[in-house]
Order: sequence, then structure tokens, then C-alpha cells
Amino acid sequence: MTLRVVSLVVAALVTTLAACGERPQTATGPQKKLDSAVSDGANNAYLAPGWKTGDATSWEQQMRKRAQGQDEYSRIAGGS
Amino acid sequence: MARMKFICDAERCIECNGCVTACKAEHDVPWGVNRRRVVTMNDGVPGERSISVACMHCSDAPCMAVCPVDCFYRTDEGVVLHDKDVCIGCGYCSYACPFGAPQFPTNGTFGLRGKMDKCTFCAGGPEAHGSEAENEKYGRNRLAEGKLPSCAEMCSTKALLGGDGDVVADIFRNRVLVRGKGSEVWGWGTAYGKPTSGNTPAAQPGGAKS
Repeated sequence: MTLRVVSLVVAALVTTLAACGERPQTATGPQKKLDSAVSDGANNAYLAPGWKTGDATSWEQQMRKRAQGQDEYSRIAGGS
Repeated sequence: MARMKFICDAERCIECNGCVTACKAEHDVPWGVNRRRVVTMNDGVPGERSISVACMHCSDAPCMAVCPVDCFYRTDEGVVLHDKDVCIGCGYCSYACPFGAPQFPTNGTFGLRGKMDKCTFCAGGPEAHGSEAENEKYGRNRLAEGKLPSCAEMCSTKALLGGDGDVVADIFRNRVLVRGKGSEVWGWGTAYGKPTSGNTPAAQPGGAKS
């Protein structure tokens, strides 16, 4: 009888405390890195001349100038 | 703030594949991966049209929405980029993309699918601008060098325009007015919104062709 009671108590304890040793299993995958502003400039020797690195306004002007270079009408004198 | 966009003028594209070659060479893109390609509609039929297609860096990018590991991000200039260290190469983005932009290199002997690769608008990735690591993973970062995408700058007929949306839209609008036709812009509506939202560069009539 005593053995049965003890067995029941042990079984109850095992069942109740089983989760206590469980470790959190929340997945923590790699986090995406933060990109820096393009106007900071590339750290190489191929920078286009005519703009200042770190200056966002200067970079935007450079981009506009460069984009306008795709318009042949603006290159032709007297063109529309 | 500049908002980077591509426009491909189907009236001008001569299917020379110069943009494809420029992209391949600039970024040392591996065999089997095409960040940009030229698509011809009604090939061989009078009036056929060709367009150069790549990632359009959509305003509301579906690839960003479906990515299960959230590896995409959008820069201040509106360029949609991704972190290859986070990408798991699942391919969801390729199903979601209306332009078929995401590409997957085959890795290893058994042709395992590698991490996604796509047009970066020549803006590299999250690594330091112009660094060796960035160049190896994403290709060259021309934007940080003060240059526009290689494909657009190399286009011999200037069919492919890339740069600040306002500027390229003005260039295209002027062209349409001069030639009096060909105001349709393939993919513009899908990528940047419908014509009614006021985003179309097209002159009257026509408008964006989704």
C-alpha cells in the first residue's frame, strides 16, 4: 500500500515538474543588417567626379545630372 | 529625396541585349543567373516590341510581403534590396514577383538552389559600400559611386532609362510629345501604381501598361 502511494506521488511529481527543465525554443535567426546611406559614398577609387561624399544634396544633384545625360534632346543644341 | 525607377521605352528597344551584357559584366553575375533580360512580344510579327525587364524596385514590393525570413529592405531612394545572409533561398519571392526578377544560382554538384539574386539597381547590399564583401555578394555599388545603373547608362538607344523617377519620367514624356506616339510604359503601373494615382510618366493618351 505504502509503495503504491509513493509510486503515485513520484509519478505525480514527475508529471508536474517535467516542464521545469524545458528550455525556451524561440527561433532567433540571423537579423538583416542595416544599410548606410548611399550618399556616404563607396570606399573605392571609382567615385564619379563632381559630388561630395557624405553630402546627400550633392549626391542627389549628381544623380539628376547623370539622369539628364540619358536625354539626348537636352544634349542637342536647339533640340526640344 | 530621389525615388529611383526604371522605364523601358518599347519604341526604342532594339533587342541588342546590351543592358544584359552590361549587367552581367558589371556585377560578375554567375552563369545561369540573369538579373536583366530582354523580352520580345509578338516576335517575328510586324510591329513586334522588345522590353528590358529586371527588378523594378516596386513601390509596394510583393517580394517583401511574402518573404518568410524578412530579408528585404527598401533604401531611402526606393531601391528594394535584400540581405543574402538572411535569405534561405525558399523561392517565395520568385512566385510573388510579377517581373520574374528573383534568380537562384545552382550551388554544388547536385544543383542545390542557392540564395536569391536580383537586380540591385547597382546599389549593392547591406555590406559597407564599395567593400570586397559587398562586391562579392551583390556586385558593384555604382549608386554609392555617384553613378546610375550600368544597364541604363550603357543602353545604346537610351530605351532603358534609370534614375530619379521625376527625371526619367520627364525625359520619356518629352520623347512621346516629340514623336507623337508610343506612350505606353510596360510594367510601370504594376510596379509604381496605376495611372490614376498620378504616377505615370506617359503623355496623353495611352498610359501605363500593366
